[in-house]
Amino acid sequence: MPEQRRIIFQHIGEPGYSNDLACYLRNGGYETLRQAVKRKPGELVEEVKLSGLRGRGGAGFSCGLKWSLVDRKSGKPIYLIANADESEPGTFKDRCIIHQDPHQILEGMMITCFANNVKQAYIYIRGEFPDGARILEKAIAEARAANFIGPDIAGSGYGCEVYVHRGAGAYICGEETGMIESLEGKRPYPRIKPPYYPAVLGLYQCPTIVNNVETLCHVKHIAAMGGGAYSRIGTPGNTGTRVYCVSGHVQRPGCYEFEVGKITVGQLLSDVCGGPPPGRKFKAVIPGGSSAKILKFGERFKGKRKVGVALEEYDWALEDVPLDFDSLALVGSMGGSGGVIVMDDSVDMVEALGNINAFYAHESCGQCTPCREGSIWMKRITERMVRGGARPEDGALLKNIADQIAGRTICAFGEACAWPTQSFVQKFGDEFGAGASAKAGVLPAGKIRLI
Amino acid sequence: MIQTPKAELITVTIDGREVAVPKGTNMIETALKVGVDVPHYCYHPKLSVVGNCRMCLVEMGQGAVDPATKAPIMDPATGKQRVNWSPRPAIACATSASPGLYIRTTSALVKDCREGVMEFLLINHPLDCPICDQAGECKLQEQATDYGRGYSRYIEPKNVKPKHTSLGSRVMLDDERCILCSRCIRFCKEVARDDVLGFIDRGSHSTLTCYPGKKLENNYSLNTVDICPVGALTSTDFRFKMRVWFLKQTDSIDAESSAGANTIVWSREGVIYRITPRQNDAVNDTWMADSGRVLYKAVRAENRLTEIRIGRAGGKAGGSGVDAAIHAAAEVFKRNPGAVAIVGSGRSSVEEQFLARKLGEALNAPAWLVSRLGKGDGILVSADRNPNVRGAIVTGLVSSLPGQNLAELAAAIDAGRVKAVVCLGEDLTEAGLTDAQLAKISIVYLGTHRNATSDAADVLLPTLSVFEKGGTFVNQQFRIQKFSPAVPGPAGATNDLAVMNRLIEAVGIRRSQTGDLAGVWSEISAAVRALAGVSYANIPDMGLSLDAALWAALPFVEGESLHHKPVK
Repeated sequence: MPEQRRIIFQHIGEPGYSNDLACYLRNGGYETLRQAVKRKPGELVEEVKLSGLRGRGGAGFSCGLKWSLVDRKSGKPIYLIANADESEPGTFKDRCIIHQDPHQILEGMMITCFANNVKQAYIYIRGEFPDGARILEKAIAEARAANFIGPDIAGSGYGCEVYVHRGAGAYICGEETGMIESLEGKRPYPRIKPPYYPAVLGLYQCPTIVNNVETLCHVKHIAAMGGGAYSRIGTPGNTGTRVYCVSGHVQRPGCYEFEVGKITVGQLLSDVCGGPPPGRKFKAVIPGGSSAKILKFGERFKGKRKVGVALEEYDWALEDVPLDFDSLALVGSMGGSGGVIVMDDSVDMVEALGNINAFYAHESCGQCTPCREGSIWMKRITERMVRGGARPEDGALLKNIADQIAGRTICAFGEACAWPTQSFVQKFGDEFGAGASAKAGVLPAGKIRLI
Repeated sequence: MIQTPKAELITVTIDGREVAVPKGTNMIETALKVGVDVPHYCYHPKLSVVGNCRMCLVEMGQGAVDPATKAPIMDPATGKQRVNWSPRPAIACATSASPGLYIRTTSALVKDCREGVMEFLLINHPLDCPICDQAGECKLQEQATDYGRGYSRYIEPKNVKPKHTSLGSRVMLDDERCILCSRCIRFCKEVARDDVLGFIDRGSHSTLTCYPGKKLENNYSLNTVDICPVGALTSTDFRFKMRVWFLKQTDSIDAESSAGANTIVWSREGVIYRITPRQNDAVNDTWMADSGRVLYKAVRAENRLTEIRIGRAGGKAGGSGVDAAIHAAAEVFKRNPGAVAIVGSGRSSVEEQFLARKLGEALNAPAWLVSRLGKGDGILVSADRNPNVRGAIVTGLVSSLPGQNLAELAAAIDAGRVKAVVCLGEDLTEAGLTDAQLAKISIVYLGTHRNATSDAADVLLPTLSVFEKGGTFVNQQFRIQKFSPAVPGPAGATNDLAVMNRLIEAVGIRRSQTGDLAGVWSEISAAVRALAGVSYANIPDMGLSLDAALWAALPFVEGESLHHKPVK
């Protein structure tokens, strides 16, 4: 069994470690920032490019590439927004960092700001994290008093301010252009791209970098150890560590940090998390937050994949799939936000999908047609099925509705709400057929209806 | 004419047909150039692009080139360049034409996209068509027929939302019908400059509403009804009154100010039901003010004049035929040689103003206009509330702008120099003359509505309103624009041009024509330099810009507004 490699979570959960500045400084905090501001900003960007860091928010987009797309010629100010709107069901890593190690985020942010000549940064935190917002505000005040934020950071003459902005409870605010709209004080309707790429026309129509909280923490460690050293952690193309938030039917749910790609689904769920509850068997797992496509135990995945330059055959059971961006994409799902949702054989897949559909129907911003109407339609169908009104044709109908959404919306929410339905129906078609109605209405004792 | 800067032309290929368009033109407009209709709801050519309805999804591709040589890769089967199609459809409204772009609007994917979006739009849309005012001019109806599947797979309960929410005194909202395209929101913000509308709630439960404490009461609110692609926004004045397919459309001009918005008058069997804007990108785009839409109510107003009268109101009538009235007017002229004045109107048409000038010349009578000023709103209601002061200047009826009141005329009456007035639809008392001054003079009154002056008239000839006759106005841009008769005039009303022609004859001038539009224009084009060569028939529907250089020095009152910048 691979050992955890705790970089981001080095101190999280450590007895006696508190979220105040003194504790952070005792543990070597802000030393990286002190050194970073003595370097050339361009060097830091190069380190991040070299590191191969991929965004930890969901899409897994190259962080270095994102930074290099920023429009630096327009003369407009460049903004940084730390995406702390951690709302993807099954994901709770950023909250742990915010609550227990806020200065790590701030240090990563200030290094990012310095590297990209940002003078104004925001932390957009979801409204459901009031404690997190207060903790961050206190941490900012401490850091400002100690000159790690403010007009003259660590005596370098470089100045940058950070503000916390609290959301009002909308999942869509995690979409970067929706977040920008919200930060501007408007409804968080995601913008059309083109033309509104944040790197060019972001916050207040200025170039803007939006990075996930965990991603920004990684930047700190890249600055500390160097991009080359960082790129040797994990596997090629999937560098560094990542925090997996395991929830659902395992014996020891929680956050676990491993080198990316060096742990498999089976190792994480059985060895690390202790396997399913006694007497149960694993049925399915969603590996990257609720919008990622579900994977079924018993599935086999065969094909060829690139390892370095060579093509290598693979033949995996679900248990063998490495938990990295590329492998999970290869098996038809995604690494996403790292929220690993585990379901055992007690789960009614129609009900589980109904629960996910209810979430997406509730959270669809309503701006564009396919997602707005499709999400509520899928929700209503699964709800009817759960309540005993399933028809044999509902599975195919659900799949077709989802197909009419994905790829046709303004933002990725369209895919987020379509993928669960597409994959549930594809993989558990027997439960979505005529048999669905027979089961409905029968609840095991003590079980709560999910929808 | 206003020239738009010439943009670089680029070639794109739509459904196999090449078309050259200015760089940056969006795909919907580009497709229109080759007659390809890309269905859409949220896109409006005069508003910002938001891309939310997703109805205009098309397939997009780039010509394939060899990465090394940059030479186009040809398809041996067709002999044409191979196209790399993007796997994802793109919205045509937000995709601009770029060199070498290929668009497909008829492929299976595009058909599927349209069917999908149509289905989604309809699942929560009520089946209101039989009682919906929009029926017959509803984009949702039309595109459901053209691009929808034709059947429904939806068996769940539909959303229930408020059916009649008053957004303002003139606009009613049916939330269930709303497809959340946000055209109305963008219109209020971008054109009316009155940001009062927005959505509340999320997802399919999103609801259009006014901001707390606000109302949709701006003078352009009814444009939201026009641009609403469905029956969500309806006009409180028009709703439930008439099916649109019964209505006849007549081109007209908004006569409320010198902005001269182009309009369509909708009527049936001699009754006008509504007025909507007509697109003219040089004047009013696709907009008009609410205040211009109610002008038709004057047609059937209580105080409409419908009877010829000779002798003052309440006094002894002396016959009622047109001939008798013309004769009576001639008598007035004869009794007061050299002491007749003309009060023309900035509301009269160019043709009427020209004949007024002719009458003035025949009688050697000075002419005045009555000014009608207000506050310009910077959009489509200008400070000059007369639609056609420039017409009076161009035709030579007057040579200067009308003053605040008719002080000169009043002085001339007091001094006994003016003893009779030919008044064309204006109320002299409102223009500053006293009842005593009116009592001193004989009045020949041609007009549509009763007022103190018509009551005081010795000869009263009821005439036609702008909705009942053809003619032209010259707007603030010196653009001459036509209007046509939408409905017949009321019984008893006489044709302005014919009557004025006869008045000129009554003074003893032989007339070569009978006072129809073509005849008057043959005279105008000969007599008025600025209108040389122009005839009523050859003025385009979108109007004709006149050379305003001659009058550039006049201190016109209009400020800047949509498509009009005053000459400094």
